[in-house]
Amino acid sequence: MSPEKMTMMTNQIASFFATQPDADKAGRVADHLREFWEPRMLEQLFAHLDGGGEGLTPLALEGAQKLRATA
Amino acid sequence: MKDFIIPTDMDMGTPASRSLNTVTLTIDGFDVTVPEGTSVMRASAEAGIQVPKLCATDSLEAFGSCRLCVVEIEGRRGTPASCTTPVAQGMIVKTQTPKVKKVRKGVMELYISDHPLDCLTCAANGDCELQDMAGMVGLRDVRYEAVATHFETRHAGGDVNAQFIPKDDSNPYFTYDPSKCIVCSRCVRACEEVQGTFALTIEGMGFNSRVAAGSASDDFLTSDCVSCGACVQACPTATLQEKSVIELGTPERSVITTCAYCGVGCSFKAELNGDELVRMVPYKNGKANRGHSCVKGRFAYGYANHTDRITSPMIRDKITDPWREVSWDEAIDYTATKLRDLQAKHGQKSIGGITSSRCTNEETFLVQKMIRATFGNNNTDTCARVCHSPTGYGLKTTFGTSAGTQDFDSVEHTDVVIVIGANPTAAHPVFASRLKKRLRAGAKLIVIDPRKIELVKTPHVSAAHHLPLRPGTNVAVLTSIAHVIVTEGLMDEAFIRNRCDWNEFAEYAEFVSDARHSPEATGLLTGVDAEELRAAARLFATGGNGAIYYGLGVTEHSQGSTTVMAIANLAMMTGNLGRPGVGVNPLRGQNNVQGACDMGSFPHELPGYRHVSDDATREVFEKLWGVELDAKPGLRIPNMLDAAVDGTFKGLYVQGEDILQSDPDTRHVKAGLEAMECVIVHDLFLNETANYAHVFLPGSTFLEKDGTFTNAERRINRVRKVMAPLNGYADWEVTMMLANAMGAGWTYTHPSQVMDEIAATTPSFANVSYELLEERGSVQWPCNDANPDGAPIMHIDGFARGRGQFIITEYIATEERTGARFPLLLTTGRILSQYNVGAQTRRTQNVIWHAEDVLEIHPHDAEVRGVSDGDWVKLASRSGDTSLRATITDRVSPGVVYTTFHHPDTQANVITTDYSDWATNCPEYKVTAVQVGKSNGPTDWQEDYNAQAEQSRRILPAAE
Repeated sequence: MSPEKMTMMTNQIASFFATQPDADKAGRVADHLREFWEPRMLEQLFAHLDGGGEGLTPLALEGAQKLRATA
Repeated sequence: MKDFIIPTDMDMGTPASRSLNTVTLTIDGFDVTVPEGTSVMRASAEAGIQVPKLCATDSLEAFGSCRLCVVEIEGRRGTPASCTTPVAQGMIVKTQTPKVKKVRKGVMELYISDHPLDCLTCAANGDCELQDMAGMVGLRDVRYEAVATHFETRHAGGDVNAQFIPKDDSNPYFTYDPSKCIVCSRCVRACEEVQGTFALTIEGMGFNSRVAAGSASDDFLTSDCVSCGACVQACPTATLQEKSVIELGTPERSVITTCAYCGVGCSFKAELNGDELVRMVPYKNGKANRGHSCVKGRFAYGYANHTDRITSPMIRDKITDPWREVSWDEAIDYTATKLRDLQAKHGQKSIGGITSSRCTNEETFLVQKMIRATFGNNNTDTCARVCHSPTGYGLKTTFGTSAGTQDFDSVEHTDVVIVIGANPTAAHPVFASRLKKRLRAGAKLIVIDPRKIELVKTPHVSAAHHLPLRPGTNVAVLTSIAHVIVTEGLMDEAFIRNRCDWNEFAEYAEFVSDARHSPEATGLLTGVDAEELRAAARLFATGGNGAIYYGLGVTEHSQGSTTVMAIANLAMMTGNLGRPGVGVNPLRGQNNVQGACDMGSFPHELPGYRHVSDDATREVFEKLWGVELDAKPGLRIPNMLDAAVDGTFKGLYVQGEDILQSDPDTRHVKAGLEAMECVIVHDLFLNETANYAHVFLPGSTFLEKDGTFTNAERRINRVRKVMAPLNGYADWEVTMMLANAMGAGWTYTHPSQVMDEIAATTPSFANVSYELLEERGSVQWPCNDANPDGAPIMHIDGFARGRGQFIITEYIATEERTGARFPLLLTTGRILSQYNVGAQTRRTQNVIWHAEDVLEIHPHDAEVRGVSDGDWVKLASRSGDTSLRATITDRVSPGVVYTTFHHPDTQANVITTDYSDWATNCPEYKVTAVQVGKSNGPTDWQEDYNAQAEQSRRILPAAE
């Protein structure tokens, strides 16, 4: 998966949960990623976080970090 | 009642009455109790007494023209027609008196005096109601010497008979022979009442009355006829006759089975001589289709014996090699070894598979079982990924389960219908006919679609409102409709309070009431007239039972899942759930998309929509299968292709799908397939995906195996084997051979055992068995102790998840934007005569209606580009380009172009992008920014593609 595609997909997920009334929006992003993304996709996302997470929106970044913290 | 069994598909003469009041009368001395409004003819049939008839049949309203069904009724004068006479309490009917016998004989004598007596060589010999009735009334003599007839080519004096009209054999599947016609009008009425096309009429008067298709210069093919077969079905003589019967003779046995085309799931009688299929006839007790059919299911089955069909397994080391035919043993061993080697080298998760939405539930269940239990990973997916996966996410989130809420019969109780992102007359024709019937009876229609689909204006049906939105703005339009309903106070507060969470609704109402969601505000981006949208919203909220039917124009967007949730919101806020006539109804693309999803084809869900991370669910399967299952989700189809390009995914088993043609961004799919080391295609034909395959396992058709399909209304229908598989094995047996070669140790001997395993592991299927299906014909899941009869309508007292959940649906524009380079929006779809990638329908005579994909373009857009009708044009997007012919039409709005994806020569998916739904990765097929310009013919891509395909399809002669 190209980094552009990965960041775009993550941002798309975050952009939905950004509109939802939940208090913990990042948690919802993390849950969605956990529920639907295969481990090697998550590894790629985490590797991208290590590289600074370029291109990720703030909520996407927070969600991904939250997921990694609990993975 | 008479004590014998009435055949289940006997023609009862007139339709059943729906009245709940009953009437008792006496017919030939037998007491009969029937619903009020029943005809005397039908009441007789209920008592097992058949009154002679010609112009009556129970799929059509009584007409009363042939006068053969006359009876005598005590206290009434004359001989009333039993078809048009309703029953009355205490009525005493005699069906066989000297008087009526004489009338009938006289009527028959007149009919026969103008009918050729070539019965022995007639195609309808043995299957002709005129013949039967002549026999039944005891006609022995025709006294009339006809001066003029319709069937003699020349008069007695040798002059040419102007009344003789030669046979019309323009339709590829049936003939119209006017010389056999008795002008009973059954065909004309079937075209109107059953199909709703109004292609046929009776021309002329008296002796000159003739059935005609279209106008004077038309034949059946050039008329509006859609070749659904309803007229052929209704015809009592050989006037409208299947060409297959003319060629092969009348069938002597029949097997009830289920069509393998769209998600309507029509029941058919496969009629055969020996193992030769003579014709497919819609089964009147089929609960999805109620005796109706379309051109695909009824006629387009010839692919099953097409010369392109591959019946021997084949292998090759490289995709540049020609294919080599091998034995089943060698093919299976080769494949199993290769897959295990790949896993040894690249890891357990380096292989996966795709289940087929065209195969049976049992076959799909086994493929996902093989992947989860034998491959040992969750890399299973199905074509629903690219069609209705957002339905799965959206309806599960809002209602708690991923399924349409109604049965198809529900449409008969609907008052207002919203059709959004679907084109039922082309893609779900039998449902469309049922919908049109209801619309003709007065129900109102709202169409939300960028194209002026046929339902917007078609004979005797027109939409009350058509909202021609800009592709990609579904969420904005639906949220605006909700805005109108909420701000004008038209919601069903009692339903919301009882069935949903009021506080959650209050939050949603606050969101949706914001002025930015008003139709006046959203109109700027959706292109929809605000007043029209307001009127549509008011109609839906206040017009009685409101039902929403939707298709892939909803799901195949970057906000597909959000749109599904917006639809669910609308149904909940208007209280349109839990009873007949309402509901949220996804129209499923392929015959078994619903089933494939139910059977655990998705990488994150085990059968019954239970997440793989759920320990209790995994334990059920782990205990039964004796293996440990992966608790983490697997790769979805687009992810598999990405992983293949990245080098971590190496082997793929594809059953009954053609991802190279059907999936978006063909170049990317090709790159993914090329990067794999073992691609196994299990199919009827060397499809496009097979160009990149290393193993080809021949598949079997739906006529060659037992199993079940689950249609869009969750109806589990039996598929029955009517002939032996040409390739030697049903698909489930092939999967089992492969699984066993990889150590599975399966011992199934019949698909019913697979269904038993499904029932034992999946609560919504708990009571489903082949015995139950034999007894009931079909059943709609959930079918368990709580719903022993199945569930025609879901969420009656409460939602599957408890309370219905309102979801905030903010419009977020897709990244796919038009601009200077690509100023038009392309949207894609189907047409009536072709199905999906066309692998089946292109190998039938249906190509006569659609030999190539064409580009629909608005006259304005065509003019500024100098494009004339029929010109070759180049269609280009940032993903790729292709060439096809243009057709100029105002069905599309300015700025929008449209094409189908039925032909590999066009490869519409070279154009589509890899953008996808945010929640499910369902591709955004429906919005691609494109440019159109004149061209001279096929593009380089098309030429290269065809050259590669030709090379790849070479087969070495079998070794001696």
